[in-house]
Amino acid sequence: MGVSQRITTADVVKVAKLARLDLDPEAIERTTAQLAGMLEHFADIDALDLDGVQPMNQPYPLTNVFREDVILVGLDREEVLASAPEAEDGRFRVPPILGLDS
Amino acid sequence: MQIAAGVRAGTLKAADVLEEHLARIDARESDVHAFNLVMTDQARAAAAAVDAAVAAGNDPGPLAGVPVALKDNMCTHGIPTTCSSKMLQGWKPPYDATAVTRLAAAGAVAVGKTNLDEFAMGSSTENSAFGPTRNPHDLSRVPGGSSGGSAAAVAAGFASVSLGSDTGGSIRQPAALCGVVGVKPTYGYVSRYGLVAFASSLDQIGPFTHTVEDSALLLDVIGGHDILDSTSIPALQPSLRDAIKQDVTGLRVGRITDLPEGADPDVAERLEAAFDALRAAGATIVDVQVPAFSYGLTAYYLIAPAEASSNLARYDGVRYGLRVNAADTNAMYGATRVAGFGEEVQRRIMLGTYALSAGYYDAYYGKALKVRRLIADDFDRAYQHADVLLTPTSPTVAFPFGSKSDNPFAMYLCDVYTIPTNLAGHPAMSVPFGTGAEGLPVGVQILAGTLGEPQMFRAAAALERAMGVSK
Amino acid sequence: MVYKAGAVTGDEILVDGWELIVGLEVHVELATATKLFSASANRFGDEPNTNIDPVTLGLPGALPVLNRHAVELAMRIGLALNCTIQPSTFHRKNYFYPDQPKAYQISQYDQPINIDGFLALPGGKKIGIERAHLEEDTGKSTHIGGAGGRIHGSDYSLIDFNRAGVPLVEIVSRPDIRTSEEARQYVTELRSILVAIGASDAKMEEGSMRCDANVSVHKPGMPYGTRCEIKNVNSIRSLGRAIDYEMRRQIDMNEAGETVRQETRHWNENDGRTHTLRSKEDADDYRYFLEPDLVPLDPSPEWIQAVRDAMPMLPGARRARLSASTGQPADAEAVMVVVERGQDDYVLEVAAAGGDVGRALIHVKEGFADEGSTPTVPAADLAGLTRLEIGGQLTATQAKTVLAEIVANGGGDAAAIAAAKGFEAMDTGALEAMVDQIIADNAAVWSKFCSGEDKAMGALVGAAMKASQGKADGKLVTALLQAKRTA
Repeated sequence: MGVSQRITTADVVKVAKLARLDLDPEAIERTTAQLAGMLEHFADIDALDLDGVQPMNQPYPLTNVFREDVILVGLDREEVLASAPEAEDGRFRVPPILGLDS
Repeated sequence: MQIAAGVRAGTLKAADVLEEHLARIDARESDVHAFNLVMTDQARAAAAAVDAAVAAGNDPGPLAGVPVALKDNMCTHGIPTTCSSKMLQGWKPPYDATAVTRLAAAGAVAVGKTNLDEFAMGSSTENSAFGPTRNPHDLSRVPGGSSGGSAAAVAAGFASVSLGSDTGGSIRQPAALCGVVGVKPTYGYVSRYGLVAFASSLDQIGPFTHTVEDSALLLDVIGGHDILDSTSIPALQPSLRDAIKQDVTGLRVGRITDLPEGADPDVAERLEAAFDALRAAGATIVDVQVPAFSYGLTAYYLIAPAEASSNLARYDGVRYGLRVNAADTNAMYGATRVAGFGEEVQRRIMLGTYALSAGYYDAYYGKALKVRRLIADDFDRAYQHADVLLTPTSPTVAFPFGSKSDNPFAMYLCDVYTIPTNLAGHPAMSVPFGTGAEGLPVGVQILAGTLGEPQMFRAAAALERAMGVSK
Repeated sequence: MVYKAGAVTGDEILVDGWELIVGLEVHVELATATKLFSASANRFGDEPNTNIDPVTLGLPGALPVLNRHAVELAMRIGLALNCTIQPSTFHRKNYFYPDQPKAYQISQYDQPINIDGFLALPGGKKIGIERAHLEEDTGKSTHIGGAGGRIHGSDYSLIDFNRAGVPLVEIVSRPDIRTSEEARQYVTELRSILVAIGASDAKMEEGSMRCDANVSVHKPGMPYGTRCEIKNVNSIRSLGRAIDYEMRRQIDMNEAGETVRQETRHWNENDGRTHTLRSKEDADDYRYFLEPDLVPLDPSPEWIQAVRDAMPMLPGARRARLSASTGQPADAEAVMVVVERGQDDYVLEVAAAGGDVGRALIHVKEGFADEGSTPTVPAADLAGLTRLEIGGQLTATQAKTVLAEIVANGGGDAAAIAAAKGFEAMDTGALEAMVDQIIADNAAVWSKFCSGEDKAMGALVGAAMKASQGKADGKLVTALLQAKRTA
């Protein structure tokens, strides 16, 4: 599929949901136009022959990097919870978890 | 590093050096706005500790008493680290980034956290949620970005050196626009532990300094393997301060003949002058091609936002940072993130999420990873004929505020020359080389292959000598 | 992955004409000291949020580093399940949930560490293992205000991240399971293996082993039906009940012409039913991509061999060994029980000490339930008891009594104990004479027995036991009576 196919507002609505961004209708329109414009620019790579080219995920090739299974001192709970938006009973408090898989 | 030498020898007091810098901050910071936070009290305590150590006959380290500014996307324990975003306004990390720890262990004195484009996304520092930083050379113009504050802090003399981060040019471009040295090392050279991630396979921490030698010293201090970063290069690297002592006789400097056009004439003229200077110093200029170079922008603007969309998903209002309350968690996510993130960040998250989404992965992210391979391969071929390459850093000198705000793509073009090195994981640095239009600084970019820092610094030192900058 | 049904063999187990197809996904918490990607303690039961670090909490700037021992344990699991260990990579699985601190889970996607293995059920049937890969666990949410601590109707939730980042291996079977009993055996055997190799304590009740079932039904020869994923099964027994319920639900729907929807269903232990959790239409797009903060995993042949060399004998091999030694089938109850308790080595020691291995097996099974894997009774003592039995000097009943005393005292000389109790088995001559006497004294019962009434045997044996004051061996009496009837 070529990069230049336009992105639709329906696509943007789906993406906003995936990204958990509450975009209002005006923002959806604006984003759709901007992303479509960008994707037009990005269509330049459609011209390249990428057959048989290996994707490059990491610039410096390393393998087998490990740590040993030894307990190290962690963070202080009070310090961490002091930065929490809401805490109770030594734990992070959140509103009811609805509309999500459980 | 004169400051460190003086402090270690006892001929300079760290406290005095600090006060000098604080005075300059006092005088001009309200105009420049390089900092999100000036750490006056902490800095004074740190400087006093350095002086006490020297008085007790101990060596505080190779950066003794050197005032350093830290880009505000590096975690500093107990000190707000905001990434210039409302999402992290006031957030105090419970730990230090490795680079921060190493600076402190070397005796450096942190003077403040510098302003940046929000979450390091931008090329002008106009995307900061706390107001832009102004170019010390001309307050009506941008300092570049995303590490605009760190570049300006050094340019304005607020700090002797500073740290920035570079994902697509965010150290080199502001360095060029502010007339200072800025280095992005080989990917994996400096630990990313504690650097708030933007694009994990592209980010690197690097120095802003006035001199090439100072940058070499900074990298010798902060660089090197870190067990807390799985991508950090394990092998010990040679000292760069030693490398710059070598002149450029016989060094092969490549001119990329198929480089994308678009550099302003004043910038192009400075680049020619740089080639001339290196030739005069004994280097050989060779022509090379990097055919895939111009596809770097596209590959970058698919890969970086994709990784960023995942890295920034953790900002959900649950454990730290901003929370906008709502009836349920899902609603809280949506409201929090749209309130906490600025427009550019939201745009990149959207682009990145789209590029990774089901049905689109192969067309966008997957394809971009292959383009990345082509670019890296093209560079490898070029480096068979050249030791370093020379290009402009930024296509233009510093531009006026708002002049590129209408079209995000116009802003993205600022990084056309810097982006490909991040994709390949190669080192590159910007060295000030005279002035262009309106007397504004121009920087030239030296590129090298993986772990090619020694050659890169050799060339940089030669250009510096040609400009008559004394060590 | 789409599984095509194979050719109809005629061996299918059918319920009302339908064949059940089950695949199991089992998550096990690894028995490491620290988490998969950071050095906080991997410990159950600590105060909330006391085993935390920047990586565990997904703080800005945190980076994962892989725990070598977790890889070792994952390799042990792979080898124990007959998998191929291959080079592997890590991916990010992106989704938002409060107990997921980074809003992505680091897992293995298209290149997992272990692939293409199998688990043999005690009866010999092999269940294919598609993969067994490494991934990190989430934190734990507690829901406040709703009924029974459920999410539905709760006022708010509290999150504890102690468990976040604990190493998991997810073991995915092929859909080779055909009954709920097979499913129970699979999980039971898997648990035994995991405990034997020290990879996990695998306790479903504590959550260190979690089991999800993929259930569908079809008619032989037809394509596999739509499958549902069943979650929230908290014990092996529940697993069987849940599968049976779901099978019946799907069969009934199919018979009624209703379409089974592909969905995740939640097993409710209280009402004994599965309930819709969420339809797959709302399923998140996980946007998998290679984890840029980690590097590929490629265990050396030397490391793999070292793990292989250090593997203990697995339950299946133990059962086979005991079976070969005793002549009992590998899935005989005595063999299964004794191996499960870890007492098979002991039984073989008794045999090595000159005892009869068949008698030893039975005695250990019957009398050593509380003895653990290193019984206090010296093997030689139990060997001595079995020799008396085999030599005919003790009846089975007498032997049981002697055994009980030996076990109670943690040892003892069987012959001495028998003598002290006045136990002697009758010798064969005396036994035959007594049996003849019994026949003579019970002529009516004897002729009934001779004319085919087998039940009459009981009265004759009882009379013999009474006359001999228990010294006669009941089995020998029975054999004699039958021989005389035939003669």
